[in-house]
Amino acid sequence: MQRLKPVDVVIAGGGWVGLAMAKEIAGRTPLSVVVLERGPARRLKDYAAGMDEVDYVLRYRMMQNLAEETATHRHSAGQSAVPIRQYGSFNPGTGVGGAGEHWQGLAYRFLPDQFRLATVLREKHGRAKLPAELAVEDWAVTYEELEPFYWRAEQMMGVGGKAGNLRGQIVDGGNPFEGPRSHEYPNPPHKQTYLVNLFTKAARELGYHPFPSPAATLSQTYRNPDGITRSGCAYCGYCVRYGCMIGAKAQPTNTLLPLLVKRKNFTLRTGCSVRRVVHRDGRAQSVTYVDEVGAEVEQPARVVILASWTLNNSRLLMLSRIGDPYDPSTGKGTLGRNLTHQVGAATPIFLDRPLNGFMGAGGLGITLADFDGDFGLDPSFGILRGGHIRIASGGEAPISSFGRIPPGETEATWGSAWKKAALKWWDRSASITSEAEHLAYRQNYIDLDPNYTDKFGDPLARLTLDWTDHERRQAVMAEKVQETLAKAMGARAGKPARRVGTHYSVVEYQSSHVSGGATAGTSPETSVVNPWMQHWRMPNLWVIGASAFPQNSSGNPTMTILAMAYRAADALVDRYLKHPGALA
Amino acid sequence: MRRREFLELPTKSMGGVLLYTLAQAQQTVRVPLRFFTTAEARVVAAACERIFPSAESGPGATEAGVVIYIDRQLAGPYGRDKYRYTKGPWVDSSPEHGYQGKATPKDIYREGIRLLGDLPALPEAEQDARLRAIEKTAFFQMLRRHTLEGMLCDPLHGGNREMIGWQLIGYPGPRMSYREEIGQNPGEAWRRKPVSLADMVGHPVTGWEEEKN
Repeated sequence: MQRLKPVDVVIAGGGWVGLAMAKEIAGRTPLSVVVLERGPARRLKDYAAGMDEVDYVLRYRMMQNLAEETATHRHSAGQSAVPIRQYGSFNPGTGVGGAGEHWQGLAYRFLPDQFRLATVLREKHGRAKLPAELAVEDWAVTYEELEPFYWRAEQMMGVGGKAGNLRGQIVDGGNPFEGPRSHEYPNPPHKQTYLVNLFTKAARELGYHPFPSPAATLSQTYRNPDGITRSGCAYCGYCVRYGCMIGAKAQPTNTLLPLLVKRKNFTLRTGCSVRRVVHRDGRAQSVTYVDEVGAEVEQPARVVILASWTLNNSRLLMLSRIGDPYDPSTGKGTLGRNLTHQVGAATPIFLDRPLNGFMGAGGLGITLADFDGDFGLDPSFGILRGGHIRIASGGEAPISSFGRIPPGETEATWGSAWKKAALKWWDRSASITSEAEHLAYRQNYIDLDPNYTDKFGDPLARLTLDWTDHERRQAVMAEKVQETLAKAMGARAGKPARRVGTHYSVVEYQSSHVSGGATAGTSPETSVVNPWMQHWRMPNLWVIGASAFPQNSSGNPTMTILAMAYRAADALVDRYLKHPGALA
Repeated sequence: MRRREFLELPTKSMGGVLLYTLAQAQQTVRVPLRFFTTAEARVVAAACERIFPSAESGPGATEAGVVIYIDRQLAGPYGRDKYRYTKGPWVDSSPEHGYQGKATPKDIYREGIRLLGDLPALPEAEQDARLRAIEKTAFFQMLRRHTLEGMLCDPLHGGNREMIGWQLIGYPGPRMSYREEIGQNPGEAWRRKPVSLADMVGHPVTGWEEEKN
């Protein structure tokens, strides 16, 4: 093993979190910062030549190579898990910028009460009425504490939207259910389309409060506080699973990397897969990795930051034997607990008029939060928490959108009758979707798989995860609302694409928002990292990402992840570096 | 090194471009095959034509050259499962865990084609009956999916010849900008002669299927 010269800070992972931490540390201090990214470099010019549905949407060209590493899944402890052999329910990214390159650009904040969810549920329902296996926790931070950091992330990206709650004042046209914002969004909402305007009108008529989905795909040319200028979105429709060819969608490579490459104290190494954090006497000493030519390398550092994808943060801790693995039978141990995903539902809708659905942007759409959190939850739904209901003009691709046919037209899935019907309805169909909170349960967790390994021979992460009646009822509720909205739009509703079946499925795409495993909390008894994302047992080790979420919310998680990273960065730069040790 | 296999495709010239055709061939082109044998390619082409037929509703799999798309995909990294997790132990599991088999797309095709026998020699109704009999198999599901892909992919992948599939549905191809068009003329179809990715970026684009090893 080649041992390199020590650096001040080494970061595993070059996505949103890794590069945001690097930018804060390398930009505000003279410390040497090394980012290790296992995937390749990403260049803007590749993104124009990458506007290809087959390679990027159907073959997942920007995603992690599952042949080299995946996760395994089982529904309950006691079963043996099998590997997730091909892409399905979630898509981890790879390469510089990580999943932040091919994300949709939906930039929601979480609801304030999400951050004190255990308390809220106890107060509202009484402990006795809650499911016994519920493992929901209050977060280590409050919405109010995170608000300035949300704002920092929104400015960095140039998020467009319409505030619904400005310092406590409810504003028409925004989301009246959201937490108070200190500022209006940095940019206005996107231009809207025929489809989303129909949805907005229908939602208003039903008495709901539709608002423009907050979008990190720029609605106009924007210069951020770091002096980075990006052009407005061209609505080409190539967002989700693609990198943006004009840089309008905020990505780590077009917001953070341009600043970092100018810093002499910053080094980015691609093709480097981190395998272990080496530690002694409660201090991280170094990380070991395999570089792009296959050589084993050790990089010593004073501070180690894990900023890899959710599951990998937990897996790296497990492989490095840092912390006590969670045991669901005793409830002891913290590492790997509170694995959550999200609860999706989608209803296809069919309209009389063409939609030009190929035009659009990842963030272009309308959301309603009337069923989010515990708002508007009719007791007959039998659920504790709901979610967003949305429609989007995200840019339909020809292969993926072809073949949606309303019920009653033809049962065929191939042949001339099918072709005729599919041609008729192509560009006259869309989907009303929803994403609901996924509560944490004792039985859902991450550990290491005893049977399956990655390309280096290291055990894969094993997910033990299944739905409960609560999630199934959340999906039913969402479908009911979606059907009502479809009718009010004058559309025909199709059979819902049920994503939450009897059991959790790794086949159907759910969202890429897997969370938990290395949760942040206020006590080392129940969490892995402290409120500043510092490992409870190892003050020079920081573990940052959605791995810190004690349960998952209804919105897309990127802004919350970044807000937590910025807060961690301030604590690290302003406090830890002056007095290295556990922050209190 | 295997013997070079070719597929002879009937073509006709229309407006200066060469199109694959079902009838009234003016000439033929010999397309070198990368994975299929000539006989296999004929069976697959016949099956694709029944899945997405050329009919009153417009051109189908033959005109789009779908079999060429499939041949190239199978010969590339996808066909040999380069990006799928293929370590054992191999165990059967519940449907929620998706395909857990060892067979690669190449294997699945080779096996599946045998089930179809001499498909091209049969009348259409019998071809349909034979396909219906295997509708539930992994092979047919894959074939159906690939047929649609070959109809509507960017022509860089060998299908959607002359963007015939995109013209059929009204998809204008990848374009740099809809800034002026988005949200305008609500409910009215915006249709243009399609452009390919190579047209748009101004140079040929190589698909992932060309990746070696």
